[in-house]
Amino acid sequence: MPADMRTYLAHVELPNPILTASGCAGTGRELAPFADVTRLGALTTRTITMAARAGRPTPRMAETPSGLLNAVGLQGPGVDVFLARELPWLAERGARTVVSIGGGSVAEFSALARKLTDAPGVTALEVNLSCPNVEDRGRVFGRDPSAAGEVVSAVRTAARYDLPVIAKLTPDVADVVAIAKACVDGGAEALSMINNPVGMAIDVDRMRPALAAGTGGLSGPAIRPLAVKCVWQVHAALPGTPVIGMGGVTSGRDALELVLAGACAVAVGTVLFHDPYAGHRVLRELEELLQERGFDRLADAVGLAHRPSHRTDREESSL
Amino acid sequence: MAGSPVQVTGTVLTMRRVDAYHALTVVAPGIADRFRPGHFVTVAVGGPRTSTLTRRAFAVHDVKPDYGGTVELVFTVRGAGTAWLADRRARDPLDLIGPLGRPFPLPRDPASCLLVGSEYGAAGLFALADALQQRNCRVDFVLGAASSDRVFGALRARRMAETATLTTRDGSLGVRGSVVDVLPGVIADTHADVVYACGPMATLGGVTAVCAEFGIPVQVSVEELMACGIGLCMTCTVPVIGDDGVTRMTRACVDGPVFRGERVRFDDVGTIPFDAHGAPGGDRAR
Ligand SMILES: Cc1cc2nc3c(=O)[nH]c(=O)nc-3n(C[C@H](O)[C@H](O)[C@H](O)COP(=O)(O)OP(=O)(O)OC[C@H]3O[C@@H](n4cnc5c(N)ncnc54)[C@H](O)[C@@H]3O)c2cc1C
Ligand SMILES: Cc1cc2nc3c(=O)[nH]c(=O)nc-3n(C[C@H](O)[C@H](O)[C@H](O)COP(=O)(O)O)c2cc1C
Ligand code: FES
Repeated sequence: MPADMRTYLAHVELPNPILTASGCAGTGRELAPFADVTRLGALTTRTITMAARAGRPTPRMAETPSGLLNAVGLQGPGVDVFLARELPWLAERGARTVVSIGGGSVAEFSALARKLTDAPGVTALEVNLSCPNVEDRGRVFGRDPSAAGEVVSAVRTAARYDLPVIAKLTPDVADVVAIAKACVDGGAEALSMINNPVGMAIDVDRMRPALAAGTGGLSGPAIRPLAVKCVWQVHAALPGTPVIGMGGVTSGRDALELVLAGACAVAVGTVLFHDPYAGHRVLRELEELLQERGFDRLADAVGLAHRPSHRTDREESSL
Repeated sequence: MAGSPVQVTGTVLTMRRVDAYHALTVVAPGIADRFRPGHFVTVAVGGPRTSTLTRRAFAVHDVKPDYGGTVELVFTVRGAGTAWLADRRARDPLDLIGPLGRPFPLPRDPASCLLVGSEYGAAGLFALADALQQRNCRVDFVLGAASSDRVFGALRARRMAETATLTTRDGSLGVRGSVVDVLPGVIADTHADVVYACGPMATLGGVTAVCAEFGIPVQVSVEELMACGIGLCMTCTVPVIGDDGVTRMTRACVDGPVFRGERVRFDDVGTIPFDAHGAPGGDRAR
């Protein structure tokens, strides 16, 4: 019998645990010729900002071993155009949509949450904590527990009570658990991790940084061990908090790894650039792996790797 | 729908060397049917457990109805992805997405059309030339490259067009110099009504400037680093002036790669122009 793949972000039920990662699925329309976006657990939008943003200059990308560096710089038309032209397309089709929001100040985050909270078709809000705080010399919110907690609680206050707020964490911190706890204390019902760690590549032919912006966010399988570690640590500290795991997932096995570490949902990002059908493929593969291992429900596999392991034969024989 | 792209697992039919280039023909029904001149395809490289995740973009050189539809690409080996591609052999599977992008617009009435191709940029112009000739347009070519072995399609251009002017930087074939150098003379001689150009960004900027002097329209097919080719990643943007006069960072893969030359801000490629929509500080100026 196929495993029950339903999962929950706070009280919101998703039919399956596979989401798209923010900034990797366009507006949904671009993915639609290749994959049915309504069959995803949910689609996460790119990070929506108050005003239009032109983003960073090109080159914006560099391929690295099993990874990709990007410096897109949150290019987008701003929240009003998003509400007028992008969200309705998703809502009309019945796609579950997690709206990622980003701002340069706490006030901007809460203004965005107010604008979005009653819009039809918003399943949850995801707070992109990797944004620089213009009021704190550009320090990234997500690197400081009190700044992270403050943003999350401002969004939680501004959003309708029944709209889940997800905090998206960066791995570029000394103690991811401290940030995660601050977000949950601020009212986050779920956590998503990991955003891109910052990296850099130099083009040795031009002898200049490969990206116009110098540094960029690293994604793809290169960062998966980092994602597994963050999910593992956060699930151990906050076992009751739903975690959306992401970072280099390309297959059902990769997704299962994050589930066993403690994720109840898994997002695919960079792999969509390689294979726009990857979300559905990963879901099918995950379903098969769970079935092969005798699971009736996805929920039973979440965090399973934390259980103390049985003694192995070798240990017994050495007694 | 004619325009909507498909993802297919094609089968390699042939792989040939053509001077400095590799020509790959792959059976890819669905892509061949929907193809219009100017479209491109992307290829997943490195096999099933690849460590190179971004797709590689290639102009379509030709499509044929054989075996349900074949697509021919012409490419030069640059890095890991194109090196892998050059190792493909007959019957190998290949993951393709296409046809992609905005194709070349064709003139409604017969016109004198000048097709300018630099390096492998020439490859994408032959299907266009066929389509133009079917509409009774006059076709002339200017093809150029660094050296004679990199001038793609010279023979075919000479056979099919009224004139074909060739240029090489080292003077090993045709006129010594670049396609831009010979352009004013060729436009005057051929009474060109419209120019189509494909090649490196700097060349396209030069071609556009010459066309502006002559007051004739030019359609350029631009190239910017692409990670996905289907509009998901926003890495391929170019500053382009819209119908409303506003410059936007515009995705080359879905809104291009073909643009009207004068709309592309070639001098500002690699920057965010200060007056672009959403440029830093722009929201304060409003
Ligand atoms: C619309 C379009 C049409 C093209 N048509 C042709 C063609 O007909 N023949 C041909 O030989 N080449 C063509 N190119 C360039 C071709 O895409 C690159 O040469 C190729 O991607 C290099 O891959 P690589 O793995 O060998 O190089 P690497 O340098 O290892 O590539 C690394 C990454 O950069 C990207 N990249 C590198 N160079 C380019 C480039 N010039 N343009 C876009 N992305 C790039 C690759 O997709 C990859 O993601 C075209 C590019 C575009 C955008
Ligand atoms: C091109 C690109 C754009 C991204 N844009 C955003 C964004 O706007 N907001 C955000 O929170 N994360 C963004 N991310 C990060 C992803 O959502 C994801 O957290 C990360 O890439 C790890 O997953 P992956 O390895 O599967 O891509 C982006 C990633 C990429 C590659
Ligand atoms: S290449 Fe990804 S949006 Fe154009």
